[in-house]
Amino acid sequence: MRESIRFVRQGKIVEIADLDPMATLLDHLRLTECATGTKEGCGEGDCGACTVAIGRSRGGKVVYEAVNSCIQLLGMVDGTEIVAVEDLASGDTLHPVQAAMVEKHGSQCGFCTPGFVMSIFALYQHSEGPVARGEINDWIAGNLCRCTGYKPIIDAALSVCEGPRADKYRAASADTAGLLDFLSDDKDIFIGDDTRFFAAPASVEGLAALYQKHPTAVIVAGGTDVGLWITKQLRDLPKIIHIGRVKGLDGIEDTGREVLIGATATYAKAEPYMRAIDPDLGELFRRIGSKQVRASGTVGGNVANGSPIGDTPPALIALGATMELRRGDRARALAVEDFYIEYGKQNRASGEFVTGLMVPKLKPGQVFRCYKITKRFDQDISSVMGAFRFTLDADSVIREARIAYGGMAGIPKRAKAAEAALHGTSIRDSAAWSNAFAALRLDFAPLDDHRASANYRAETAHALLGKALLEAAGTPTGRTRLIGRREEFTDAAE
Amino acid sequence: MPPSDVMVPDAELSVVRKSLPHDSAPRHVTGSAAYIDDIREPAGTLHIAPGYAPIAAGKITALDLDAVRTAPGVVAVMTADDIPGANDVSPKLLGDDPALAGDTIRFHGQVVFIVIAKTRDQARRATKKAKFTTVAETPIIDVDDATDLVLPDYAFIQGDPEAAIATAPRIFEDSFRVGGQEHFYLEGQIAMAVPGEAGEMLVYSSTQHPSEVQHLVSHALHVPSSAVTVEIRRMGGGFGGKESQASQWAVLAALAAAKTKRPCKMRLDRDDDMIMTGKRHDFRVDYRVGYDDEGLLQGVDVTFNARCGHSEDLSMGVVDRTMFHADNSYFYPQSRVLARRLRTNTCSNTAFRGFGGPQGMVFAERMMDQIAYRLGKDPLDVRKANFYRDGSRDRTPYGMQVTDNLLHELVAELETKCDYRARRAEITAWNAQSRILKRGLALTPIKFGISFTLMMLNQAGALVHLYRDGSLHLNHGGTEMGQGLFLKVAQVVAEEFGVDMGKVAITATRTDKVPNTSPTAASSGTDLNAMAALNACKIIKDRLFAFIEEKWQVPRSQVKFRDNQVLLGNRVMSLGELANAAYVDRVQLSSAGFYKTPTIAWDRDKAEGRPFFYFAYGASCTEVTIDTMTGEMKVDRIDVLHDVGKSLNPAIDIGQIEGGFVQGMGWLTTEELVWDKQGRLRTHAPSTYKIPAASDIPEHFKVELFESDGARVDTIYRSKAVGEPPLMLPISVFCAINNAVASVNPGTVPMLDAPATPEAIMKAVRAMTAGAD
Repeated sequence: MRESIRFVRQGKIVEIADLDPMATLLDHLRLTECATGTKEGCGEGDCGACTVAIGRSRGGKVVYEAVNSCIQLLGMVDGTEIVAVEDLASGDTLHPVQAAMVEKHGSQCGFCTPGFVMSIFALYQHSEGPVARGEINDWIAGNLCRCTGYKPIIDAALSVCEGPRADKYRAASADTAGLLDFLSDDKDIFIGDDTRFFAAPASVEGLAALYQKHPTAVIVAGGTDVGLWITKQLRDLPKIIHIGRVKGLDGIEDTGREVLIGATATYAKAEPYMRAIDPDLGELFRRIGSKQVRASGTVGGNVANGSPIGDTPPALIALGATMELRRGDRARALAVEDFYIEYGKQNRASGEFVTGLMVPKLKPGQVFRCYKITKRFDQDISSVMGAFRFTLDADSVIREARIAYGGMAGIPKRAKAAEAALHGTSIRDSAAWSNAFAALRLDFAPLDDHRASANYRAETAHALLGKALLEAAGTPTGRTRLIGRREEFTDAAE
Repeated sequence: MPPSDVMVPDAELSVVRKSLPHDSAPRHVTGSAAYIDDIREPAGTLHIAPGYAPIAAGKITALDLDAVRTAPGVVAVMTADDIPGANDVSPKLLGDDPALAGDTIRFHGQVVFIVIAKTRDQARRATKKAKFTTVAETPIIDVDDATDLVLPDYAFIQGDPEAAIATAPRIFEDSFRVGGQEHFYLEGQIAMAVPGEAGEMLVYSSTQHPSEVQHLVSHALHVPSSAVTVEIRRMGGGFGGKESQASQWAVLAALAAAKTKRPCKMRLDRDDDMIMTGKRHDFRVDYRVGYDDEGLLQGVDVTFNARCGHSEDLSMGVVDRTMFHADNSYFYPQSRVLARRLRTNTCSNTAFRGFGGPQGMVFAERMMDQIAYRLGKDPLDVRKANFYRDGSRDRTPYGMQVTDNLLHELVAELETKCDYRARRAEITAWNAQSRILKRGLALTPIKFGISFTLMMLNQAGALVHLYRDGSLHLNHGGTEMGQGLFLKVAQVVAEEFGVDMGKVAITATRTDKVPNTSPTAASSGTDLNAMAALNACKIIKDRLFAFIEEKWQVPRSQVKFRDNQVLLGNRVMSLGELANAAYVDRVQLSSAGFYKTPTIAWDRDKAEGRPFFYFAYGASCTEVTIDTMTGEMKVDRIDVLHDVGKSLNPAIDIGQIEGGFVQGMGWLTTEELVWDKQGRLRTHAPSTYKIPAASDIPEHFKVELFESDGARVDTIYRSKAVGEPPLMLPISVFCAINNAVASVNPGTVPMLDAPATPEAIMKAVRAMTAGAD
């Protein structure tokens, strides 16, 4: 048992024993360290002004990821290196990323700038050689700028990535990794007492026992949702169990028939596996949150928190994914679609938690499509999310249709009437399509809200099914889509 | 004193016209540029959080704050009864904008009490413990339901528009909506007040209008203005959102500091900021137009119905500017431009980059589109036909003659450069064979009037000190919000003394250095403050010239300040050597400078005069693709040609144009404000309110400055204002989307509202084919 957290700052180990379970990394930087370079723009992980880089030891090197420090609980950074914007320059010599931002006129008011610098810093560390513009857009999709219109910032990122990667972080990588390895241990962390604590168990058994003892505790994986309960809802969360240290829970494995995703595997880690199942899944994952959110947020958390507009559940349901839950020493498996009962209510017992997901890969004859409809392409929450898996036989007859939507009901939900209307029909049978569109109206009674009206949702659900059928019947996505075209993925793969 | 009648040849300039980086850029990128929340707090600083009632309209019958007062860390709680002076943060002291509401609630988010606590977290958590008992009324949310006015109706009338429309060969009438916009400055509203002795109060406020904050704080504390000093080094964005809307938080911080006798800081949470502060006005525009078979306007009768929110705030000036720009670039032979300013139970709408002008211009462009689609013409041809022309077609609906018209040459140059005609043909052919995806193209112009239409604001002051070592201290009434104002003014000062930029110390705006200042707004920051600073420099230099003439008998014509040296006939010395010699001879080396814009005049009651010193021009061409199944849209290409006169700093100006374009594009596309029936804003955070992200701009985003001899009036180095005009360039995005919608069913007139969200686009697309087939 360890009663403190430890992390690396500016080459030195910081140890904190009097940790408030709800303390955020941003407050630690700004209020405790008085390191005010990192800014708070929104306090909900959506603007990126508070971006810092988190370094983890991987094979003798440090791997950096950008995260939103405003919703990162301080306890979660145990065992990592924290790099903030003030750390980059050496005396009066700017870091190459900073120099490029000055040279390209990448700052105007300057308030978003530290966040951009840190996101581009993470890209700089992550890549070797020039980086394509589209990839740069992804790396800064989680950083909002209201002054520049982004062009000079993109230019700065392009420019700095054209140069060699040579900075003090690369030079110190092995040493820092050594320091991080030294900090790594197998001890359970527990700071506080039975009424108020931050805990980070090291094993599934430890987690199960602790959660059974404290079923009212809040489980935090990436914190991209729970962080907002603290910063926005101002809820008091006296008991926090962070599961990021649990050994074996962050794994992802491709068994050949399916992909197994541990509960604490981040979106970022899962993305290539999903892309390998189908390009649309890769595109969906690319558009979930931002780099910062995907570096922290977990697929398991997205499924477990039961949001009606979570982006992964509809896709997982269409794919026929199952999940594994555990309570004490008892485990059970459940189809993802059966986890959601109604808005805010899931099929999960007190003290029970998600340990992983099993996602079947596509079989020959299966066509998968998914579409995320938003006001803004990047880093936005769906008004409607549709996912489709059609199993076709050799004669192009639909033997099975699995259709799931988000944003159409209080929970992610299958369109069973529409599925039934398609069963046994040819993928090119327009009469069957019409029946399916009509059936879709029976499947859902969507709501009006600030993201979209009920009418738009209903029409879009119809449009997405139509699009999926058109594409499954052979229309190339160059004719059906503005972004995420599958032909481009194919080209890129060749 | 006329500062620069003679244009200085560019070749003789060493600092002005250079693309220098923002003066704070190295500090921005290292995190060492301090915003108000980054200033080290004095020991004992307390933190303030606002509390508000759960209704949008009605009465508070009881308010129980006992649990708030006893919450952890709480030091004090204040309500309206605790304000010693005026409970008013209205910019015109109208009394309709209380710092703390009494028992009447006029919008959801109106602050009723503040909590002052040891930490910000404690203050925020304590606000949740208030118990309100209320009697709610049905809130008036949008203009369709509103009847009460914040100001009387006001109109410009030229000729007999009714008769002109009635006798025109073609007539139509239409109504459409253009949405509002949240500023989304990255740094939210913040102020810190530090009490001094004898009733003094130092207020750090993220404000575009320090003098107004000073005056409102003095009224609230019931102390003279001289007791209050307001300082702002830099804002993390303003865009008009910190012109009048910054005052309330500064006043509350000062009230709390006066009450507790401790420094008090108030930083709004982002959601509170978006719920509580005003936004760009949204409109329903109703209009009738008469035109001929060529698309030439005969008469225009337009009514702008503005949602002003619960109070007047700046709605007079903002909506006046809508009227001033209802013509955009087009000659209206006979016209009536009427504005109706409606009171609603929503936050009080306010200044936002363009200050009402964009909404007027969107109307003009939408009208041009409608005429073109009715006639089956290319919208660009209809636009060009209606441009102002020197001679008989140069009088605006408010009677001012347009004498510096660049529209024809600027638009022609862009049309050629962006290959408009060939692309139009290619897109028409492409659309004919594409069923789901449709492309659109539009080229739209802008003409934007420069000057405050409230005449008294067209003045500025500056303060320049020359020290004995030759270093310079620069201060002026303008505020820095990222636009590069401080840099541009410093460039002018460095040029005047012939020194490097490093010799000019840029300092925070403070009301005790330069008093009675205008807001940094209306794109006027550089025009006014650089002239004031130049005049201060000239006063100091005049004293130096006199001293040189007396001491060394060198006439001023033989004295040059350049290359960090002063050349006096055959003698060469550093500026420091000269300054020291002058000091020893008891020459005053410090001066204030002042400037007021010449030749402008506007009589609002009579609607007569020449309100603008000059116009800034520009044009942009945008290509988009829409998905007619889902309403999604992607911008494929943007070309801009924009007039900044002769630029003081091309890099800064291009930055303003690019940034303004993307901000305006957000207003017309992804940024949507939604209130529910209870009057609660539902889009109050970046998770729900979507400003453009990096991937929303196309790879081809080309911005060029229009080459000319510069402003035709005597502006600072013949430059033109650049803050607001580019915001309106992306009307071409909106019109390109409209054009793509039009291609769905050629011959049918598209009816697209702004913002063009996927839902709005889908609705417009569906309307194109309704009744068809």
